[in-house]
Amino acid sequence: MPGKETVLVANGQGFWGDSILGPIRLVREGPLDYLTLDYLAEVTMSIMQKLRSRNPEAGYATDFVRLVDRILPELVERDVKVIANAGGVNPRACVAALLEIAKKHGQGDLRVGMVEGDDIYGRLDELLESGEEFINMDTGAPLSSVRDRVTSANVYLGAFPIAEALGQGAHIVVTGRGTDPGLVIGPLIHEFGWSEGDWDSLAAGTVAGHIVECGAQCTGGNYTDWRRVPEMARIGYPVIEAHADGSFVVTKHDGTGGMVDRSTVAHQLAYEMGDPKNYITPDVCADFTSFSMDEEARDRVRVSAVKGLPATDTYKVSISYRDGWKAVGQLTISGPDALEKARLCSQIVWDRLAFDGYEYAPEERLVEYVGANVCHEGIPVEGAEQPSEVVLRLGAKGPDREKVDRVGMELVPLVTSGPPGVTGFAGGRPKATEIIGFWPALIHKDKIQTRVQTFTASEGMS
Amino acid sequence: MTQVRLERIAAARSGDKGEGSNVGVIARSEEAYRFLKEQLTEDRVREHFAAINHGAVRRYEADNMRVLNFILEDSLGGGGSASLKTDAQGKTHGLAILRMLIEVPEEILRATPFEE
Repeated sequence: MPGKETVLVANGQGFWGDSILGPIRLVREGPLDYLTLDYLAEVTMSIMQKLRSRNPEAGYATDFVRLVDRILPELVERDVKVIANAGGVNPRACVAALLEIAKKHGQGDLRVGMVEGDDIYGRLDELLESGEEFINMDTGAPLSSVRDRVTSANVYLGAFPIAEALGQGAHIVVTGRGTDPGLVIGPLIHEFGWSEGDWDSLAAGTVAGHIVECGAQCTGGNYTDWRRVPEMARIGYPVIEAHADGSFVVTKHDGTGGMVDRSTVAHQLAYEMGDPKNYITPDVCADFTSFSMDEEARDRVRVSAVKGLPATDTYKVSISYRDGWKAVGQLTISGPDALEKARLCSQIVWDRLAFDGYEYAPEERLVEYVGANVCHEGIPVEGAEQPSEVVLRLGAKGPDREKVDRVGMELVPLVTSGPPGVTGFAGGRPKATEIIGFWPALIHKDKIQTRVQTFTASEGMS
Repeated sequence: MTQVRLERIAAARSGDKGEGSNVGVIARSEEAYRFLKEQLTEDRVREHFAAINHGAVRRYEADNMRVLNFILEDSLGGGGSASLKTDAQGKTHGLAILRMLIEVPEEILRATPFEE
């Protein structure tokens, strides 16, 4: 309700494939007002668009529906509201599935909100004609150069439609593509009555959202000083205690594993960061160099005085397109002389392919000797030249599917026609898979109409 | 001066950023941050990652977090799903920068506690 002094928002899903224990434990192990869940990566939108083209009822994150089925009684009992971008490219089908679950649990009046308007895949030609060029922000190329290979196109929407759905009484809000921090800012706009123009508050919500958007990455996960992190198996997912003035505390539920201090929070603030002075979202341009961070108690970091500047007049668009083929296979090569034998194996494969008329440019090839410092290539590491065994990863990419597939056929034969000690071929012959390229672009906000609706199982969706 | 690995006075986290990666270096003390602001230049980081990154290196500063943020513009072997590399998202580039050997004055080391 507007007027609340402190609002608790937690993120229980950092990415598609994150542990289901995150959200379940957040609901059970401590107080909470809002649970946010992020299911979408850029490649996910393309996969979902393909699923939907085969089945009009598909194209959303089915994991989310399974999660709600598991925890719905607790969500209702504890009055925890949920915001998830699980709608993918088909929020309507996701909502329909949720209403079925609600009905099953005897929650026919549970209100589910839906945000639409991000999916512009079907409108691309109309938008191109209207003058939107979708210039690639990295390369400067116009979209026309790959138009016939586009597989999905989604606008990163902001947080205000989420707040609108909550205002309409939604207990669960399902969106398609939106910004990750928006999942957190939405409930804060709703609770504190922030509006467009409250740039500092919106920027604070953005910082809070960025800190929690990768789940346990701010509570001791993927942390440099990992030996200091207590009970990583029971790591607590992050909880934001937000205040109306924009200040907030990053914390986690009492008794959970992991840790929150200035350093774990700074680690996450530095993650996927560009220019920290100008973090652009559709809601605000946040200044990540403006605020102060204080450790006010164990596992509690207070962030205050965040500054923001007015939002731009464009949305970011994520467009995916088919960009050729790739295949990578692997074999394990035991010692003695593991690295030397792996190098010979690689040479044999490329020589045999050349013998058959298949030549690959250096940028089309991959050779890695896993175990001999592939991650930190070129940086001196002790023992990298004498591994007791290595995994040979070998592959190719390019526009010609048959040529990419040909590489995989020469990998397994090494077991009997290469040096001794070659094993680990259980995965068999690698097959070419399609490369999905990303095309970051901008679109004028006035071209996008967002739509917010809410539904209950009792009323139905018509 | 003592030669140490960067890890002695800083922590790090990295991730993907288009066709490149970002490497955020988090100094372990104010003193270490001021020192690194002078010493950990774009050139030095470009040289360290010469075999991994084939593009430019840009540095941003966030004094409030004691973070120096480096963008390695072409370090993933192609962006998105185009990369064939094991570390296609630059997840390990943070640990890679912490292997760097640097000469650090004693007073900076004394002002910068480190428990492994």
